[in-house]
Amino acid sequence: MSQSEAANSSRAGQSSADPSKSRTPNDLAAGGLVAGGQTAADWTASDTDNGVAAAIERARLGERAALIAYLPCGFPSLAASIDACRALIRGGVDAVELGLPYSDPVMDGPVIGEAVTAALAAGFRVDDLFEAVAELAPVGVPIEVMTYYNPVFRRGVDRFAADLADVGGAGLITPDLIPEEAGEWIAAADRFGLDKIFLVAPSSPPARLALTAAAGRGFTYATSTMGVTGLRESLSELARPLVERTRVAGADNVCVGVGVSTPQQASAVAEFADGVIVGSAFVKRLAAGRDLEGFAAELVEATRR
Amino acid sequence: MSERGTGPYFGPYGGRFVPEALIAALDELSAAYRAAQADPAFQAELHRLLTVYAGRPTPLTEVPRFAAAGGASARIFLKREDLAHTGSHKINNVLGQALVTKRLGKSRVIAETGAGQHGVATATAAALMGLDCVIYMGEEDTRRQALNVARMRLLGAEVMPVKTGSRTLKDAINEALRDWVTNVGVTNYVFGTAAGPHPFPAMVRDFQAVIGQEAKAQVVSAVGRLPEAACACVGGGSNSIGLFSAFIDDRSVGLYGFEAGGDGVETGRHAATLVAGSPGTLHGAKSYLLQDDDGQTIESHSISAGLDYPGVGPEHSYLKDSGRASYRAVSDAAAMDAFRLLTRTEGIMPALESAHSLAGALSLTSELPTDAVIVVCLSGRGDKDVETAARWFSL
Repeated sequence: MSQSEAANSSRAGQSSADPSKSRTPNDLAAGGLVAGGQTAADWTASDTDNGVAAAIERARLGERAALIAYLPCGFPSLAASIDACRALIRGGVDAVELGLPYSDPVMDGPVIGEAVTAALAAGFRVDDLFEAVAELAPVGVPIEVMTYYNPVFRRGVDRFAADLADVGGAGLITPDLIPEEAGEWIAAADRFGLDKIFLVAPSSPPARLALTAAAGRGFTYATSTMGVTGLRESLSELARPLVERTRVAGADNVCVGVGVSTPQQASAVAEFADGVIVGSAFVKRLAAGRDLEGFAAELVEATRR
Repeated sequence: MSERGTGPYFGPYGGRFVPEALIAALDELSAAYRAAQADPAFQAELHRLLTVYAGRPTPLTEVPRFAAAGGASARIFLKREDLAHTGSHKINNVLGQALVTKRLGKSRVIAETGAGQHGVATATAAALMGLDCVIYMGEEDTRRQALNVARMRLLGAEVMPVKTGSRTLKDAINEALRDWVTNVGVTNYVFGTAAGPHPFPAMVRDFQAVIGQEAKAQVVSAVGRLPEAACACVGGGSNSIGLFSAFIDDRSVGLYGFEAGGDGVETGRHAATLVAGSPGTLHGAKSYLLQDDDGQTIESHSISAGLDYPGVGPEHSYLKDSGRASYRAVSDAAAMDAFRLLTRTEGIMPALESAHSLAGALSLTSELPTDAVIVVCLSGRGDKDVETAARWFSL
């Protein structure tokens, strides 16, 4: 498939599958909101209800940015990673980003890199991921799987999507898959009603922001800085303008990750983004055996506007 | 020229499976490369450097004593990339990419290296053109190839030992990609082989195509006709795609790529990606790779660090599936036998990588007419491998 064909098919898939696309925060307010995160507006299609967009809306109703917390599946063991995710959820996170450990994680810095290497060394298998999602999905927040593309391609894109939908997973965050290469995944996600979360970067020009925003469902993942995941002293100055440009390009929900690790940074991001994604800081705490629930609660508190 | 695609795709292979953060840089690089290709001044400067700096054209040397000792009636000709400056074909590509870097207005180059040949070549071009240079090399490889680490440092490059994952070439590429994502504003990634995201597979092939163009003219001049076979070793696949590209439209010329069979493909300890791998995505492209059922990359094994890579360039995957080229595995032991045979009979010490293509060519002769002509790309010289060879032969 040529790039343009892939882009066209992605747009075509989008238009038929996501009735929430025309929705904006103002529409929501005008439509009238009721307690419990339900709304009188007509956007409550089943695919978005199960997805992360509804969770972001609920946070917005509570005058917060959503807090999305990342941990790798299988680190330090499958059972311990599931327990750790439960602790995050008890702490109040709005969604969990569950990482699929992969041998060549080019977007990840040393903290997450070492954790996924340890998970693989401990015997993590892709089937374990589905087991973890099956346990976590009923707890009540969307479980988005963060995965590099090859494990998806290897399992069979359709089979991966079917299996994920089957265990109640919300969708995929795909750090090394751009919409032009994602025709097969986009079709499968649409068929199974899964979120498809693509990344944008400070280097993305307006046309690519528009392409990426249109291809996704759930939220658009804005990487706050040029670089890999990991802890940084201060929030990148590139984050806010990227979120603004991504909104202008048509994205409804823009969440910021990569280099967000402290309550102060989360609070700053919550000022201008729909969600805050924290990964390495949780992984570092988990590796050190420190409390996750309290830290999650602290970060959730920091997302109040 | 029907099969010499410009990318991003070679049949179902190729593409750009990389983080969005790199797409702008890849777009910029693609545009700069297209402009350079069309610019006579760029081509003239590259040709000048290849001639007066790198020592091109490299000779084509017939090796009758090697052929006879190896039991071959065929005439075997070696394309002598070992005689190019820095001792391998890698210089062809880095001079081109370094000139593209200057066109981009960037002041810093990064590169990955396994055996160190591409790292040395990149450090050389950076020294020549006044560019800052950082080379990523697996910690394991820095130990195996200490001589080349010293060469790179003498040339002014910073060598960063990579301690993640398996600490070899695969992880050096991961680390170089991470550097590029972070420093893309001032940095160009000088990729060493015809793999990776578009435009690297097409660009590296084009810069290495000089191997095939020269070899074709030289062999026709020597024997008055095209050869029956063109042979080269395949790690990522840059010297082989450079050789093959001149012959792809000449259907009478068999194209043979020889991968590292390590301890033997049946042992699982090898680097025979096309022979024993399956399609997937790694390092930015869809292509054959060595992977398990979960899509995790499997570590490769070869006595030759330059072939010790679990991926391969996407155009080779396409040539394999289309049947235009054949790929076979050559074991460590067979390669070492050929290494010794060429050294003893012709006084040419090949790189261990190239020794795989020599062994492959000898094994091929039984399938060819007795008066067949075979061109083998001798991609590099063996100085860097003396220690390994001394250990192998218990000298």
